[in-house]
Amino acid sequence: MLDASDHALSVTDLTAQIRYVLEQTPHLEDVWVMGEVSNLSRPASGHIYFTLKDSTSQIKCVMFKNSATRQIVEPQTGQRLRVHGKVSVYEAGGQYQLYADQFQSAGGMGDLYAQMERLKAQLELEGAFDLERKRPLPPQPRKIGIVTSPDAAAFQDVQKVLRGRFPLTLVILSPTLVQGIEAPSQIVRAIERLNTHTDVDVIIVCRGGGSIEDLWSFNDERVVRAIIASRIPIISGVGHETDVTLADFAADHRSPTPSAAALDATPDIGDLREAVRHAATALQVYFEDRLIAESHKMERLTTALARRDPQMMISGARQRVDELHIRLGQAQTRHLRRLRERLVGLASTLNTVSAESVLGRGYAIVTRPDGSLVTRSQQVKDGDMVTIRWHDSLHTARIGEDSSERYKRSLL
Amino acid sequence: MNDINALSYEQAYRDLNDLVAQLESGDLPLDESVRLYERGRLLAAHCQKLLDAAELRIQRLNDDGGLSAF
Repeated sequence: MLDASDHALSVTDLTAQIRYVLEQTPHLEDVWVMGEVSNLSRPASGHIYFTLKDSTSQIKCVMFKNSATRQIVEPQTGQRLRVHGKVSVYEAGGQYQLYADQFQSAGGMGDLYAQMERLKAQLELEGAFDLERKRPLPPQPRKIGIVTSPDAAAFQDVQKVLRGRFPLTLVILSPTLVQGIEAPSQIVRAIERLNTHTDVDVIIVCRGGGSIEDLWSFNDERVVRAIIASRIPIISGVGHETDVTLADFAADHRSPTPSAAALDATPDIGDLREAVRHAATALQVYFEDRLIAESHKMERLTTALARRDPQMMISGARQRVDELHIRLGQAQTRHLRRLRERLVGLASTLNTVSAESVLGRGYAIVTRPDGSLVTRSQQVKDGDMVTIRWHDSLHTARIGEDSSERYKRSLL
Repeated sequence: MNDINALSYEQAYRDLNDLVAQLESGDLPLDESVRLYERGRLLAAHCQKLLDAAELRIQRLNDDGGLSAF
C-alpha cells in the first residue's frame, strides 16, 4: 500500500477530476431543477447570477449572456422558477454550480400561455383590439419606421421588398433586440422613439420566424400597450404565417411575415407608373377635346360673322339698287309710252275738230288779199283790206283804228 | 418651370391629378387650359423621372433621437 502522500494531486487535478465526474454523469448535463430565486445579480456583462434554493438546500447558478438574451422569463427574487442546464464546476471558486440555459415559470409554457390568455382577455375587455381603433394605413408612405434588429434576416427581407416595390420611401430603422428578456423594453422604446423624434407615416414592427419562445416578446404586455399607444399606425409582421401574437391583435394591421408587412405598407411602383401614364393620357384627351370644342365654336362664329360681313351687305344693297334702277327704267318707259299714246289720241282728236266746226261756234278767220291768215294785229295796219270768213259767208272789211289800248284798259 | 423639379413625387402627382380635374371641369379660358396642359405634361414627366430614379434610402434612429446613415 502506497503512502497517500506520495500520490498527492494538485488542487487543479482534483478539481478537474471532480469536474470530469460531474460532467460525465448523464442526467446532470441535461437537467431541470425547480427552486426559489435568491441572491439575484445582473451585472453589466449581461450574465445572470443567482441561487436556487428550497427549504433545505441551495445551488449556485449562472446564465451567460448569450443564453440570457434568449429568455422569455425574467427571473425575480423570491420567484419559483424551473431552470434548465448542466451541472459543472467553477474551478477558480471551488464551486459546483448549475450552468443555466433556459428559464421557465414554475408551471412551464402552460403557465405562460395561461398568462397570455388572461392578458388577452383583459385587453379585449378594455377594447384594445376593437376594429374601430384600427387606423387606416397611408396609401403612399413617404417615410416608414422599422422596429426590428438591424442584424435580423427580417430587416433584409423588408429592405428587399421595399427596393423592388416602393423605393421612393425613406426607411428609418429604430433598432432593438427582438428576443430575450431585454427585448420587450427595447421594443417599447424603439416604438416610442419613432413617435417622439420622427414623422414617419407608418411603423412596421417585425421579426423573422423562430420558436414560440423566440417570439414571446411580442406577447409582452408592455409591447402590446406601446403598440396601442402609438400615435403612428403600426403594422405587425412577426414570425411565420401561423404565428399569432398579442402584438398582431393590437396592431392596426397584421401581416403574416416581415416581407408581407413591407408589401402591405406600400403601393407597387408599377401601379404608380400606370397611374402617372393614365393621368398624362387624361390630360391629353381633355386638352384635345377642348381644342376640338374651341375649333367648333370658331367655325360657328365664322359662319355667323360671314352673314354680317359689310362687303356682303354692300353688294346686297348694290344689287337692290340695281334692281330698283331697272324697275325705275321700266316704269319710265311705260309712263312715256302711255304719255305718247295719250298725245297721239289728243292729236287725232284735234284733227277731227275742223276749222268749220270752230267757225260754227262763232269764230271767224281773217285773211289778207293774198290769202294769208292774219293771226296777229301787227300783220295789218289802219286802212288795209281783209277778208273775214264766217262759217256761212265771206265778207270784205277795212281795218279801222287800233283800239288795243282801250281794250287792254277795259280788261284792267 | 423650375419649381416642378423641386417637387416630391407625391406633390407632383397630386398637382397632376388636381390639374386634370381642373381641365375636366372644362370651364377655363382657353389660354389657362393651354397653360395647365403644358404644366401637366411637365408634371407627368417629372413623376416618371422620379419613379425611374428612385433608390431606397435607409437611416438609423439613435437612442438620442438623432438620425444617422445606416
